[in-house]
Amino acid sequence: MKIAVCIKRTPDSESRFKVASSATGIDETGLKFDVDDFAGYAVEAALQANEKGGGGETVVIALGPDNVQEVLRKAMSMGADRAIHLKADSLPSDGLAVAKALSAELKDQGFDLILFGKQAFDTSAGVVGTATAELLGLPCVTAVSKLDVSAGQGTARRDLEGAGEMVSFPLPAVVTIDEGVARPRYPSLKGIMAAKKKPLESKPAQLGDARVTVQKMELPPERAAGRIIGEGAAAVPELIRLLQTEAKVL
Amino acid sequence: MDDFFNIDSQLSEDELAVRDSVRRFVDERVMPIIGQAYVDGKFPKELIPEMAELGVFGANLPEEYGCAGLNNVAYGLIMQELERGDSGIRSFASVQGALAMYPIYAFGSEEQKRKWLPKMAAGEVIGCFGLTEPDYGSNPSGMITRAREQQDGSWILNGAKMWITNGSTAQIAVVWAKINDEQSDKGIRGFIVERGTPGFSSRDQKGKLSLRASDTSELVFQDVRLPKDAILPGSNGLKSPLMCLTQARYGISWGALGAAMACFEEALAYSKERIMFDRPIGGFQIQQVRLADMLTEIVKGQLVSLHLGRLKDAGTFTPQQVSLAKRNNVNIATDIAREARRLLGANGILAEYGAMRHMANLESVYTYEGTHDVHALILGQALTGLNAFK
Ligand SMILES: Cc1cc2nc3c(=O)[nH]c(=O)nc-3n(C[C@H](O)[C@H](O)[C@H](O)COP(=O)(O)OP(=O)(O)OC[C@H]3O[C@@H](n4cnc5c(N)ncnc54)[C@H](O)[C@@H]3O)c2cc1C
Repeated sequence: MKIAVCIKRTPDSESRFKVASSATGIDETGLKFDVDDFAGYAVEAALQANEKGGGGETVVIALGPDNVQEVLRKAMSMGADRAIHLKADSLPSDGLAVAKALSAELKDQGFDLILFGKQAFDTSAGVVGTATAELLGLPCVTAVSKLDVSAGQGTARRDLEGAGEMVSFPLPAVVTIDEGVARPRYPSLKGIMAAKKKPLESKPAQLGDARVTVQKMELPPERAAGRIIGEGAAAVPELIRLLQTEAKVL
Repeated sequence: MDDFFNIDSQLSEDELAVRDSVRRFVDERVMPIIGQAYVDGKFPKELIPEMAELGVFGANLPEEYGCAGLNNVAYGLIMQELERGDSGIRSFASVQGALAMYPIYAFGSEEQKRKWLPKMAAGEVIGCFGLTEPDYGSNPSGMITRAREQQDGSWILNGAKMWITNGSTAQIAVVWAKINDEQSDKGIRGFIVERGTPGFSSRDQKGKLSLRASDTSELVFQDVRLPKDAILPGSNGLKSPLMCLTQARYGISWGALGAAMACFEEALAYSKERIMFDRPIGGFQIQQVRLADMLTEIVKGQLVSLHLGRLKDAGTFTPQQVSLAKRNNVNIATDIAREARRLLGANGILAEYGAMRHMANLESVYTYEGTHDVHALILGQALTGLNAFK
């Protein structure tokens, strides 16, 4: 099966973030970047699907400046066969503009399955996967936690609040991946060496117009320190009074 | 830990990728279980297939023998990360790669290499390295284990080896013995002894208070008949096992830093959380000096090992340089582990924290692979031209 996985380079979610001096993005100095978490699950899902199917090709695609080649090589060290870098000076904040570039690359390439992370950690927008499906005119299943594909047909599980939903769909299709599919494997040391020899093609991205732009980014306000009203049952009436009059939550 | 000196900028993308992959393995698979394995006194064997899958065994040996073919800096970073978990885990990999696979690679016949190396890289065959004897530790040239060649070309091996890491786990032992009537250490040769060969037995070393998550055993050889092709044809005198030790010591110089990094990280985190006299203990000058000293020594050690690795990759490093790195880095790691343990107060004696486990482990690392003193004498000889051993 020929599978494409579109992956994004995002900062490690455990980093301490600062707003950049431009005030429209984060300050990237000193941050560690990696394959976005959900995209990592998508790579794993693709590799497993092809391993189970006994062959095929897994192609990873990333859009952005040259530094996205790092995450492409990481995905190849996990086992992807080749990579495509769609080169752009920066990543537009309009997901549709990105989706247009990706769909221009993906169309007519004969992919049976196109995977995305359900959203990227840094923007939480969740637009690119679904918009790409729309532009390609393909069925789209979002936030999938279990995926099975075989000849022309796919089934997937979606975890809803308190329920699971099983869906089936014809291939080719676009699927966005939630965690729950198997944990992304460690790139083996041989895989890291092998990735250096795998093809990585770099070409200009045909971005669409970016109509959405970020005006300002700010960190959440610091939480004020808590206050201890008193101890034991005697403090309860005062606590309730304050929750009603001051915090206004009751 | 934070890369305070931006040493990562001196590492290639592959080297960083290797380090990060092993780091994640250690965080996810070793850290959660290692405290208990240490208390139980057992090497966590269930990790062997995963370590093999990751590719850590003999990772700097060539791909044609099923190994990862990494450079020596990447190899060192693997050792650092494994020992961040535990010296026992790193010892397992050191012995498998540098002390069992390396001699087969360096002194073995093409047949021996093809037979053993791919299986050892895959973790299907575990090896050990038998040099030390009950009465010959720092002075292996005096060994009494002996292999006598028989008329049909086979060998009869007699003797005992002690303190052998992986000794009871291993399917094959690389054993160093003097041949026939040789008295001098020029007659020392290496042999591959397979488990199950009649007369070969091993026994677990009981009562260890250090390196508990590691198999340390005694090997006994009683009229063990070995086939003609059990000998490593390229091995030739004491310098052959010493070449293996140079490989392993190089890795240890990195590994010890991993243990030190784990202790430093733990101490730093604890110093910010532990409130005493109404403030975090990290706010007191004494603890700040402690942490500053730890960090300084780690950074210095990392620069020594990294430079040594680059020399090794360039093919110009010397065993004396390795002695300096092993001696310094293990020594500072033992100090750092002890200081970390002290900073942690009473919690510092618990297996739940890493500091005391590392502190105890590092006492073995201080002693094996050439004791701290022996490396001083090697350096002393290099400096003065005078041999303190004779
Ligand atoms: C956990 C563990 C695992 C080990 N694994 C292996 C293994 O896999 N394979 C293997 O072959 N060996 C192994 N060893 C053995 C190790 O290499 C030896 O313990 C080491 O070489 C020291 O020998 P010794 O213990 O006999 O000490 P000794 O040589 O008796 O030394 C005792 C003390 O005397 C000092 N000393 C010795 N000679 C001199 C001198 N000339 N001048 C000044 N001081 C001197 C030493 O520094 C030390 O302080 C292991 C040891 C341990 C503890």
